[in-house]
Amino acid sequence: MSVTTPNGFTLNDAGRRVVVDPVTRIEGHLRIELNVDEANVIRNAVSTGTMWRGIELILKGRDPRDAWAFTQRICGVCTGTHALTSVRAIENTLGIQIPENANSIRNIMQLCLQVHDHLVHFYHLHALDWVDVVSALSADPKATSALAQSLSPWPLSSPGYFSDIKAKLTRFVESGQLGPFKNGYWGHPAYRLPPEANLMAVAHYLEALDFQKEIVKIHAVFGGKNPHPNWLVGGVPCAINLDGAGAVGAVNIERLNLVSSIIDRATTFVEQVYLPDLIAIAGFYKDWQYGGGLSSTSVLAYGDIPDRANDYSPSNLLMPSGAIINGELTRIHPVDLTDPEQIQEFVSHSWYRYGDEAKGLHPWDGVTESHFELGPRSKVENRRIETLDESAKYSYLKAPRWRGHAMEVGPLARYILGYAQGNPEFKEPTEALLRQLDLPVGALFSTLGRTAARGLECQWAAGKLRYFFDKLMANLKAGDLNTANTTKWAPATWPASAKGVGFTEAPRGALAHWVQIEAGKIANYQCVVPTTWNGSPRDPAGAIGAFEAALLDTPLADPQQPLEVLRTLHSFDPCLACSTHILTPEGGEAISVTVR
Amino acid sequence: MGETETFYEVIRRQGISRRGFLKFCGVTAAGLGLGAGGAARIAQALETKPRVPVIWLHGLECTCCSESFIRSAHPLVSDVVLSMLSLDYDDTLMAAAGHQAEAILAETRETYRGRYILAVEGNAPLANDGFFCMPGGRPFVDTLKEMAADSAAVIAWGSCASWGCVQAAKPNPTGAVPIDQVITGKPLIKVPGCPPIAEVMTGVISYLLTFDRFPELDLQGRPKMFYSQRIHDKCYRRGHFDAGQFVEAFDDDAARRGHCLYKMGCKGPTTYNACSTTGWNEGTSFPIQSGHGCLGCSEDGFWDKGPFYERLSTINQFGIEANADIVGGTAAGVVAAGVAAHAGVTVARRLMSKNENKDKE
Repeated sequence: MSVTTPNGFTLNDAGRRVVVDPVTRIEGHLRIELNVDEANVIRNAVSTGTMWRGIELILKGRDPRDAWAFTQRICGVCTGTHALTSVRAIENTLGIQIPENANSIRNIMQLCLQVHDHLVHFYHLHALDWVDVVSALSADPKATSALAQSLSPWPLSSPGYFSDIKAKLTRFVESGQLGPFKNGYWGHPAYRLPPEANLMAVAHYLEALDFQKEIVKIHAVFGGKNPHPNWLVGGVPCAINLDGAGAVGAVNIERLNLVSSIIDRATTFVEQVYLPDLIAIAGFYKDWQYGGGLSSTSVLAYGDIPDRANDYSPSNLLMPSGAIINGELTRIHPVDLTDPEQIQEFVSHSWYRYGDEAKGLHPWDGVTESHFELGPRSKVENRRIETLDESAKYSYLKAPRWRGHAMEVGPLARYILGYAQGNPEFKEPTEALLRQLDLPVGALFSTLGRTAARGLECQWAAGKLRYFFDKLMANLKAGDLNTANTTKWAPATWPASAKGVGFTEAPRGALAHWVQIEAGKIANYQCVVPTTWNGSPRDPAGAIGAFEAALLDTPLADPQQPLEVLRTLHSFDPCLACSTHILTPEGGEAISVTVR
Repeated sequence: MGETETFYEVIRRQGISRRGFLKFCGVTAAGLGLGAGGAARIAQALETKPRVPVIWLHGLECTCCSESFIRSAHPLVSDVVLSMLSLDYDDTLMAAAGHQAEAILAETRETYRGRYILAVEGNAPLANDGFFCMPGGRPFVDTLKEMAADSAAVIAWGSCASWGCVQAAKPNPTGAVPIDQVITGKPLIKVPGCPPIAEVMTGVISYLLTFDRFPELDLQGRPKMFYSQRIHDKCYRRGHFDAGQFVEAFDDDAARRGHCLYKMGCKGPTTYNACSTTGWNEGTSFPIQSGHGCLGCSEDGFWDKGPFYERLSTINQFGIEANADIVGGTAAGVVAAGVAAHAGVTVARRLMSKNENKDKE
């Protein structure tokens, strides 16, 4: 039967049901069920988070200064961004101001993550949706070299180099042990790159795999390790000592030089490898304009990267913030994370229970009672779910809404907002990219646009790494070495009861933590995470989230080989460990299981 | 399926010279601390062995172990994945999805029965009948047991698989358990840490593939070569601990001089890992070097041992060292063998013969 959702999409579940589970090359566990019509066009999409860990419940009663460590373990891919959100939430709650150097170092950590995460996403989680590894075997190394040299000054581009890569790949494939490439969709008709472009991309896949480990050494310098560097409420844990006794035990000129050199190398890699590849690959897929979903109507960003310390107002944030709804690109709404009318979460289709499931709850008032129940149309055989029933509860993700609207978050949302605000740092590169590809602005609202925005953002973040490194150096030169404010370190200095919120723009989109502290301990902790927005199930009114919307109306060449589905899902860079959560304010969690 | 090639055949045919191959063996041997003859033993092993299939399953986790794994500098992860082993299933990196991915699990069990390595990142929740984690639409615990049954050996990556880690912290709402509580009767090695150090992960893999056996394990199932000494034993700030020079507040003068972080809650005295020797991110740093105490992330139950910034004990103003070790050891729940006052013990140990190695287990 066919229905039209409140957010304007037509769903029809009459056709054949196709299940993709596990969705791979993501973080966490995601299941997608689709209905395709006779022409194999997607007419219904069901997005299900299939894991739940309960981190927020575990946080209850703990020391707020420890929350960053717990929440950081929500996700090891976007490592650090939850920790940063957490220390900001605690500082907001307790009224703690951080030193200017701490702000610069935190921004460097967060921008380093953006650069690393986007690069790894493009090559290792997304590229194989566009790049046919087996086709690369028939590439001419000379022609590959000519192609590479026409695109970029990157020095690894000789015919001999590509000949070696081709030989390596040929032997690998001939060994019969394909490892991560086993059972891939090689030869699928949706692949469009010539063999030479495929070979170049495979070479860069391997180069990026070796190079990405360098970028995160910035995290190691300031945070001791990566993944999961160390953070601190009140600043950053790394002290700075430029020339005093014991400077070798602190951040000093040698450490700063290391960071600076990594920034340069990362910037070069992004500009000479990632972006040219992105443009070259996009050029072959220009007419694959599917996957827009909510991007042309409803996008949301909180903003991030405060220029000066302690000011989180939009004018001081270098990343765009705001909400666009109803497709009114000229009208940007301000976003207030403390307003109970703005952000609310619904559970009518989630494996949780509310007293009144027609209503949404603001994160400060969040209630979660786990309730795993499958609807009457679902099929379970031998402890395996064959089909879910989306008319009932069907996901471990809640359904977050902004003033009742399902929203898309992430790099594309940020670039649309930056573009709409006329911010030259976002508008000009976007226009330049569109010009290079000879595409209209409307082409942004697509899977390809989402992937392109991420690449542009990676370049932007690399540039801002240099900006904040220089800012840090200038501040050190002026004699300010402070990295932590410990005046409110002791719990005795805290109010008996307080609540607050912290936010960032994670690589995958808008992220916020809401916290309540009572008698020095965490009383309530709620995270609303980018993939919860994007991978959201339906709400009581039937509006669908960004994943489900983006998959609709895409034709599949072969429903048994869901390459086009992966393409669009991966363009969001899903993170499922992040997106499922629980908190029961009363302390005891209730779990009930009903399989009807 | 083609016939399996040896590692040496693969890399020679990838255009790597014999000399390059031997150099790789030398670097790997040095990295593993194998001493004289180590490179030759590695070379021989790699010349005669096909690439071992590895199935890498993900349960309840955060993917930090996979992210750490790809940070390995020696060996490079591209060499590990393309040349050392055959990573036939790994949700994070594999091209295939859905039923094409699931088919690999069934095929591996069939084709390589008893000959593949099962690597596990994360753990299985047992509450809710296992349905708190259900990749492929079925409880993860079912897949885990099935894939373990026909494996040659199991690697528990990280603190999730080894101990339970963050989702198993109180009140453990999902009933998450370490994998050795659901897998029995298989050789199992624990490589704890949140995440483990990259070169420790690839070092364990290299060792396994080179010598056809696990490295020596302690009573908790961890490789002794990386987990037999405390961070504190090898910490470059140890001298400040011994001298009673402590950071009293973050960013104080002592912090800027790199003094000991014990009073900031550092768990180095009760944490067994290689951070203070091997280092992180190609030796760039480790937590203490960057000014934050050790969280003890490779220790069982580290989330539930009190707040991270609380000291291991109230220090009496005399006998600081002894007090730190005894109380710290007790707090960590390790047996007393490992927690004698360090000053006496370290001197005594130096006098003992190397073979008499009473490990702290």
